Amino acid sequence: MEEKVLEAVKIAKYFHDPIKLKVLSDINFTINKGEFVTIMGKSGCGKSTLLYILSTMDTDYEGELLIDNISMNNKEEAELAKVRNEKIGFVFQFHYLLNEFSVIRNVMLPGLKKGVNSEKEVEHSAYEKLKILGIEKEALKKPNQLSGGEKQRVAIARALINDPLIIMGDEPTGNLDKKNSEIVFDIFQELAETYNQSLLIVTHDNEFASKTKRIIEMEDGKIIRM
Amino acid sequence: MNLKLIVSISKALLLARWKQTLVAAIGVTFSITMFIALLGFMYGLNDLLDGLILNRTAHVRLYNEIKPSDIQVINKSVRYKAYHNFISSVKPKNERLEIYNAGAIINTLRKDIRVIGIAPKITTQVFYNVGPIDLTGIINGIDVEAENKLFSFKDYVTKGNYLDLKNTSNSIILGKAAADKMLANIGDIIQVTTASGNRMALKVVGYYESGFQDIDKIQSYASIKTTQKLLGESNSYITDVQIKLKDIVSAPIIANEYKQVFGLEAMDIQSANAQFETGSFVRSLISYVVGIVLLIVAGFGIYNILNMMIYEKMDSIAILKATGFSGKDVNIIFMVIALGIGIFGGILGLIFGYGTSLLIDQIPFKTASLPSVDTYPVNYNPKFYFIGIVFSIVTTYMAGYFPARKASKIDPVIIIRGK
Repeated sequence: MEEKVLEAVKIAKYFHDPIKLKVLSDINFTINKGEFVTIMGKSGCGKSTLLYILSTMDTDYEGELLIDNISMNNKEEAELAKVRNEKIGFVFQFHYLLNEFSVIRNVMLPGLKKGVNSEKEVEHSAYEKLKILGIEKEALKKPNQLSGGEKQRVAIARALINDPLIIMGDEPTGNLDKKNSEIVFDIFQELAETYNQSLLIVTHDNEFASKTKRIIEMEDGKIIRM
Repeated sequence: MNLKLIVSISKALLLARWKQTLVAAIGVTFSITMFIALLGFMYGLNDLLDGLILNRTAHVRLYNEIKPSDIQVINKSVRYKAYHNFISSVKPKNERLEIYNAGAIINTLRKDIRVIGIAPKITTQVFYNVGPIDLTGIINGIDVEAENKLFSFKDYVTKGNYLDLKNTSNSIILGKAAADKMLANIGDIIQVTTASGNRMALKVVGYYESGFQDIDKIQSYASIKTTQKLLGESNSYITDVQIKLKDIVSAPIIANEYKQVFGLEAMDIQSANAQFETGSFVRSLISYVVGIVLLIVAGFGIYNILNMMIYEKMDSIAILKATGFSGKDVNIIFMVIALGIGIFGGILGLIFGYGTSLLIDQIPFKTASLPSVDTYPVNYNPKFYFIGIVFSIVTTYMAGYFPARKASKIDPVIIIRGK
């Protein structure tokens, strides 16, 4: 049997403001180690909402979420922060790099926060990650000196620094042109195939999704195909 | 490790907006500067004004008071012991103001380790004879050197040499206002009559200015010998013993003790000048209040700037939280920023405050009533500096508390979703 990294059990979510509205209902699926999964759907179908629940940042939901076979329900805020730090890597539509720090330092931050390895070791592994993404030459620049595609690659390196169980992406190619989108996709593909990295990417880009092995399609807060 | 990381993030955020940071720090610096300068100046003035009276006043003064005896004869009678005796119209008996056995008392006091110094004194009422008019006055017969040592007599002799009082026989240092009234110049001879009718010619060797017009109109100084001669008394005649103590606070207790031991009246400085302590206290209170208000205003400045910084850095906070920094970590980051501003601004404030104090100390301050003062007085008590830095840290902590809490509660989902 394959190793489960993430499992959603009957997840449902309501928005309370201005009126009670069910945005997600009866979401059940699992993601195994090394799987490259995309969540597809039209704008407003609840795919981002689902991602934030799966990423532990949104705790206001019903049902159960298991990451690495551990339930995320009833965990303290600081414990969830630790889970995000150690087990999840994020790539957002916008890169969210800190302009105050150099590229390498941006990549190092979650590693330093984890506090297991020394600064030297973290720096070394950050450099390794940048190398995988082919941007090791930009390590000492500030993020605002990089192009959009490069920034997104730095963000991916940051997501990889703690060797996470799963990488979650919220429209990671949404702000990129076709060429850069392809580069990012190829990187994800390589991570999944070469490094056996699990990936869960939310997108409305049909082309992007069609290239992945597994697609979860959503409509009106429900999974219609998976 | 973790703290080092948090401090490095704080530092980066601070330096990324160094102009804002500087403005916030300058707010703290300014208020601490004003706090130090204000308190130093106020306390300097306080010391000066207190010194005006306290330096010239004995901590304990021993004297004889003419008053009816506390114990009347009938109370001593065994027969009427159990009765309540009413005696009306009791009069004091013809007592002298002289302190009996003054020499022995002074010798005993000299051996007391709590005492810094002793100055004997004779106080007597006189009339200054100016033509057909007699002006009332008081002559203080003093031991010139002891008086100078204990009460800085020299500082108040504005014209003439105070030592002439000792070296020239039958000499007098007149109160400036009295001298003006009598048109007496230095070197002139004036006529003085005592209450008992003795008349004497005294040579004016100087003017005395206390800073109080009413005192200068009446008081004059002569040596003990001259005064004894004027009164026609022996050279053991003394009416007051002025004592200066090491610890001014213990004056009331020691005064009470001497009262018992020597059987004299003893007046301590606190009872004699109670109003001065009240004045000093109120002035210090005002300075502290103004200083603290300044700090609170600076605190609001820091509060605003931190709030702004949080709005600006929403994205950074969100990503820090998304990548595993807890609310507590974010809170500490902003507290470190606030305290960094407070400590940096506070230390600069202490330095500038000291500089301002030095500057105030150089400003000329000439006034007729304070002959010994040339520049504005400043007190450099380290206590103010300590309070200043503690307050700057406390206010910045308070100013940082709410913005930091707000930052820690930021929900990363809302920000990331909002893009």
